[in-house]
Amino acid sequence: MIRFDNVSKTYPKQNRPALRDVSLEIERGEFVFLVGSSGSGKSTFLRLILREERASQGQVHVLGKDLGKVSNWKVPHIRRQLGTVFQDFRLLPNKTVGENVAFALEVIGKPRGTIRKTVPEVLDLVGLGGKEDRMPGELSGGEQQRVAIARAFVNRPMLLIADEPTGNLDPQTSVGIMKLLDRINRTGTTVVMATHDQNIVDQMRKRVIELEGGRLVRDQSRGVYGYQH
Amino acid sequence: MRAQFVLSEIGVGLRRNLTMTIAVIVSVALSLALFGGALLGLKQVSVMKGYWYDKVNVAIYLCNKGDAESDPNCTEGAVTAAQKKAIETDLKKLEPVEQVIHEDSQEAFNHYQDQYGNSPLAQSLTPDQMQESFRVKLDDPEKFKVISSAFTDRPGVQSVQDQRDTVDKLFELLNGMNMAALALMGLMLVVALMLIVNTVRVSAFSRRRETGIMRLVGASSFYIQLPFIMEAAFAGVLGAFLASVLLGGGHYFMIDHGLNLADKMPLVNFVGLNDVFAVLPFVIVIGLLMPGLAAFLALRKYLKV
Repeated sequence: MIRFDNVSKTYPKQNRPALRDVSLEIERGEFVFLVGSSGSGKSTFLRLILREERASQGQVHVLGKDLGKVSNWKVPHIRRQLGTVFQDFRLLPNKTVGENVAFALEVIGKPRGTIRKTVPEVLDLVGLGGKEDRMPGELSGGEQQRVAIARAFVNRPMLLIADEPTGNLDPQTSVGIMKLLDRINRTGTTVVMATHDQNIVDQMRKRVIELEGGRLVRDQSRGVYGYQH
Repeated sequence: MRAQFVLSEIGVGLRRNLTMTIAVIVSVALSLALFGGALLGLKQVSVMKGYWYDKVNVAIYLCNKGDAESDPNCTEGAVTAAQKKAIETDLKKLEPVEQVIHEDSQEAFNHYQDQYGNSPLAQSLTPDQMQESFRVKLDDPEKFKVISSAFTDRPGVQSVQDQRDTVDKLFELLNGMNMAALALMGLMLVVALMLIVNTVRVSAFSRRRETGIMRLVGASSFYIQLPFIMEAAFAGVLGAFLASVLLGGGHYFMIDHGLNLADKMPLVNFVGLNDVFAVLPFVIVIGLLMPGLAAFLALRKYLKV
């Protein structure tokens, strides 16, 4: 699903690489936590998977494709098979919940019939059935994140990337979001989640990848958060 | 579905940036109006050239009695009847000469009164002050040299004038005005392009949330860029339409009505409304393509895809 071969990334005009010689493999259907302090390279790791950046050295394979060799105009087709969720939800405030989810399908040219059928389904799945016509501003943080997850999942991606999805939420709400992500993972979707939330990592007992100063320092199945911050 | 989505995006974008959009439309309209005006000016010059070169001849001015002291070519005084006869016969023998018309001083006086009758100078002139001349029509206006070398130094001839020199000065003036219009158009075009680039930048910035999400969910770059390009092209077409109205209206008011140059300058053969219509397709196509292209190039810089 994802394979990093000796991947390094140095941003222009910076001496210190953001990622140094990282090699690892993530299998189909896995649930992986990505941990590490700020500046450890988590974001760069995710950006490389999304092909927002290209590796300076080494190869990044996602869904069987070497991202270094994929031409720019094909990148959208890869991204259609990925879902992304962020700490700040990134919803469109002037569109309803349903329109926000539908937007993801509209802009990749899905037919209207498909959209009308799929959007309520996925909103049911994330536990927002019947809230289709609400505006994001009327919802709680947890509900907004559910909308974002619905949008990420509506196209049934093979891989879900979550960058601190619970970073803005209280612990109780976070548990609800994690249950949802776990359920999505059980449908066969690979989930890679960067987080600072110790409780969640310790409770879930999934594979943990830890970065420090751009290096891979720990890769542990059924791991724990493991360091104090 | 797609079309409706794109159209609604364009509408939102144009309204959000209304002042900037108006600025783009006006500057595009002005530059295209200048462009169309310059094209029409070129057409006008070629129409006039065809008309005038056909009419304009070589003029052989003959000495009259007043020239005896003032002009070194006419020291013998006024041209004699024998000299005139000789000149006319020789003229008719020359190869490129098509037609010779004799204009005596009374006729010259009448022509002058017709054209400038109201001016004080014309009122003080008398027929015998006017110059007698031969108007020579050549089958090829380029062969002026033949006439001028044969007759310049003949007794009784004051000067030989290629009247094309006079109209050429007018054409030079018109061409100069065309060049000025084109240069002004170039400047307006730069202004229009800079406005478009800036509009696209502001537009891309204010929509970065949408475009960011579009990018994440895998919308193609064409699909992300299309609303911006269409926005610019739409403003450009509105500008081109306005330019068309300006050109058509300009023609209407300057030539047929209002200023009514067609009546005031009956000697000038003006471009017609059909010539204006012939220019409009260029104006519209440029109005459509140029802003679209500018937007496309601006997006490469300001919209990460």
